[in-house]
Amino acid sequence: MRIALFVTCLADTMFPAAAKATVLLLERLGHEVVFPQEQTCCGQMHINTGYQKDALPLVKRHVRTFEPYDVVVAPSGSCVGSVRHQHAMVAGSDAGLAARASAVAARTYELSELLVDVLGVEDVGAYYPHRVTYHPTCHSLRVLRVGDKPERLLRNVRGLDLVELPAAEQCCGFGGTFSVKNADTSTAMLADKMRHVLDTGADVCTAGDASCLMHIGGGLSRLQTGVRTVHLAEILASTEA
Amino acid sequence: MSTFLGMPVHAPRGVGHLRGDESFPAAARTALGDSQLRRNLQHATTTIRGKSGRVIAELPDWQELRSAGSALKASTMARLPELLEQLEEKVTAAGGVVHWAADANEANQIVTDLVRATGSQRVIKVKSMATQEIGLNEALEAAGITPVETDLAELIVQLGNDKPSHILVPAIHRNRSEIREIFLRAMPGVDPKLTDDPPVLAGAARRYLRETFMSTTVAVSGANFAIADTGTLAVVESEGNGRMCLTLPETLITVMGIEKLVPTWQDLEVFLQLLPRASTGERMNPYTSMWTGVTPGDGPQNFHLVLLDNGRTAVLADEVGRQALHCIRCSACLNVCPVYERTGGHAYGSVYPGPIGAILSPQLTGVEDNASLPYASSLCGACFDACPVKIDIPSILVHLRNQAPHPRTEAAVMAAAAYTMDHPRLYRSAQRAAKLSRIAGRRGRGLPPPLNGWSASRDLPAPPKETFRDWWRNR
Repeated sequence: MRIALFVTCLADTMFPAAAKATVLLLERLGHEVVFPQEQTCCGQMHINTGYQKDALPLVKRHVRTFEPYDVVVAPSGSCVGSVRHQHAMVAGSDAGLAARASAVAARTYELSELLVDVLGVEDVGAYYPHRVTYHPTCHSLRVLRVGDKPERLLRNVRGLDLVELPAAEQCCGFGGTFSVKNADTSTAMLADKMRHVLDTGADVCTAGDASCLMHIGGGLSRLQTGVRTVHLAEILASTEA
Repeated sequence: MSTFLGMPVHAPRGVGHLRGDESFPAAARTALGDSQLRRNLQHATTTIRGKSGRVIAELPDWQELRSAGSALKASTMARLPELLEQLEEKVTAAGGVVHWAADANEANQIVTDLVRATGSQRVIKVKSMATQEIGLNEALEAAGITPVETDLAELIVQLGNDKPSHILVPAIHRNRSEIREIFLRAMPGVDPKLTDDPPVLAGAARRYLRETFMSTTVAVSGANFAIADTGTLAVVESEGNGRMCLTLPETLITVMGIEKLVPTWQDLEVFLQLLPRASTGERMNPYTSMWTGVTPGDGPQNFHLVLLDNGRTAVLADEVGRQALHCIRCSACLNVCPVYERTGGHAYGSVYPGPIGAILSPQLTGVEDNASLPYASSLCGACFDACPVKIDIPSILVHLRNQAPHPRTEAAVMAAAAYTMDHPRLYRSAQRAAKLSRIAGRRGRGLPPPLNGWSASRDLPAPPKETFRDWWRNR
């Protein structure tokens, strides 16, 4: 299958390892990955912070860039959530753009959705000999409803010891600009998330969103906990060889 | 023929409790430092969440019930004017008197005049959000009338000169030793040997309230529902104190937000299944009182219904935001909200706290008067899943953020960022600049305000050697 990578601006700039892993994983599974160069940002930060007018050109760009492709994948539940649930809304009275945005959204998948629902794979042949806990990020869980797809993928990874995260469904406190505008409340939420991660005794906390991992990982790093955050794609791309 | 009367007005300033003294982040900071509050809230919300989750799981048709509740509310809002007139007609025909209050000031004046006309110096009150919203107690006190809250938690709040911090459990921020101290300090005739044993505390309140019930001739209530078809009002409560107020006095005055309507009796079936399970985690509500006007020789012989707007028509005018009027005040969104669980209700500055408050208060007052509330959420979506009438709270928060006044510097940065993101060459330059984030100190620890909010507790990721884009080009 020919799959267009919607890399997301955050992964492109700050977490290229997650994006590279997405490419290498899909290629290993026998698919062709293309990277449309004109993509930048889906506009989620602008939309969620109250700047819909500023986001409009970004939505137009995203739609224009990904329209030619039959299948689009992003290593982010939150950016796919924005494409699926916000782009048509931002298009507003421009019915043509809204329809085009909806059409692109219908062909855009978060990585675990693409693997399990579209490609029908639950065992990607990965090897990752670590104790891992999975944080089901809010937008993957409650906007995209990916359910247990990521865990199904993780349970098939050789060597991986998956430990359940207590109060997993609670937000880590990131929330985009929420973490800056309400930094204290965000930190209080993060403290509880980190406590639960540490309680699992895992070496690695994984998730399908680089943004939430940046938040959780930023806290774990500041406290020198020794627990690291690794994107789901990186675990699934790892092999024994 | 119709005449345009102008856009509907918001709830007036200077009266009631819809606006806080400080912004949410500032108030939250204080609350977060209160370890007793954090403990109380964590315990209480976790308990209610568990209980509610268990009884909801028993119903195979919960999702269908939610959809039905949502559809009924949407259809009610679409023909609110006709239904309100129908309600007025039915209540009047059943011997009640209907009053229309455009805002808090009018409602307070109407109620004060009605109480004065009875000659009573005291009223007993059923727990009511609408009367808290308009500051009725303060208005009555200013007129020399003593309001006595009869809901146990509201009584704790009132005796403590405090403000409610939860829609359903207004004293959720208090524990039993604090309640004992409040009773000892402020409850008339309290036993000085009072302990903090919950049954003893409840016993003290019962003794005080029974005396008050038996000696007060006027009651004030809110309403959970009003049935347009029959003119019936409904109050849903757990203690029975509400029923004492609704049946014992000679005069009953009910203050009700105009959105509380349901078209027919049958519609109540849906809401009386949704409300207790979502709210207290009960299968059936303990005391559901319903009355239609006046019944000669039985219950209050004078019944007044005050229909309150106070900004609701303005909310109704917003196609996206109007869903906030579907709220049945169950508090499920508060109990699942990770922000509320940590800050408590007072940080929201309004009698409507939590996620529903973050979308309702700014709409009732105009968003500029509660500009920080739409941002008091990480948009995690737990509230939407919990809402028994499926109010899409996260979408309304985003909608209100779009209407909120934006700080000038932030707006400039956002515009510049959007411009950059729409020009791939600039975007690539910006990416290269991101690698220079080292100038913000090791792992971002030297970031300037307001970004130091991030770096106070979190490191930035170490900048990668190359962007994905560069890797792709070079592979």
